[in-house]
Amino acid sequence: MVHRSHHDMGGMDAGPVEQIDHVHVLWEKRTDAIMRLVTDKDRKIMTVDELRRGIEQLGPEVYDKMSYYERWITSVTNNLLEKGTINVDELGRKMAKIEARWQADGATKV
Amino acid sequence: MSKSYLVGDAVDVRIAYPPGHIRAPFFIRGKSGTIDQVVGDYHNPEELAYGRKGTEKLMLYRVRFNQTDVWNNYTGPSKDSLIVDIYENWLEPNEGALK
Repeated sequence: MVHRSHHDMGGMDAGPVEQIDHVHVLWEKRTDAIMRLVTDKDRKIMTVDELRRGIEQLGPEVYDKMSYYERWITSVTNNLLEKGTINVDELGRKMAKIEARWQADGATKV
Repeated sequence: MSKSYLVGDAVDVRIAYPPGHIRAPFFIRGKSGTIDQVVGDYHNPEELAYGRKGTEKLMLYRVRFNQTDVWNNYTGPSKDSLIVDIYENWLEPNEGALK
């Protein structure tokens, strides 16, 4: 039986803290905006507690590999799929469409 | 659910390791502290985390712990303390503590 959940790392060795300002790229700002929209008082589609639960359920390997906002958008996505706000099919099609648009624009992934 | 506490009350954090979304951090379970502040009552975040309404409201406390009680090898000043936000469902009265 594992007592400590992977994310629950308070007090563990983690090395020095990098005290620098983080520059957020556009998709990270959009992720923040999406989270605000789905949790606001008019929509109440999900809660910040559900966001956290979703992040905690990512699994240790994925949790460590992902950046802060990658964890956010993955948890938001999974929550919205669970609730039926979006479905896998439309999400897959939309992702493919955007990827094709990027390639047409010669854009590189960030 | 559990009793309400007043500032200065001695409390223990329950020792339990259920799966799920838990709002009492691992490192503080089983430790003893004192109520520093009564924050107010909020819908239970451990229920809200699963999309349930969390209609049961729980009192949230700021609990002060001595660093030397929390960490085995704490080398800082003995008067150092830390404060953790803990909901009432994770607290029990510390009957043995001297007031």
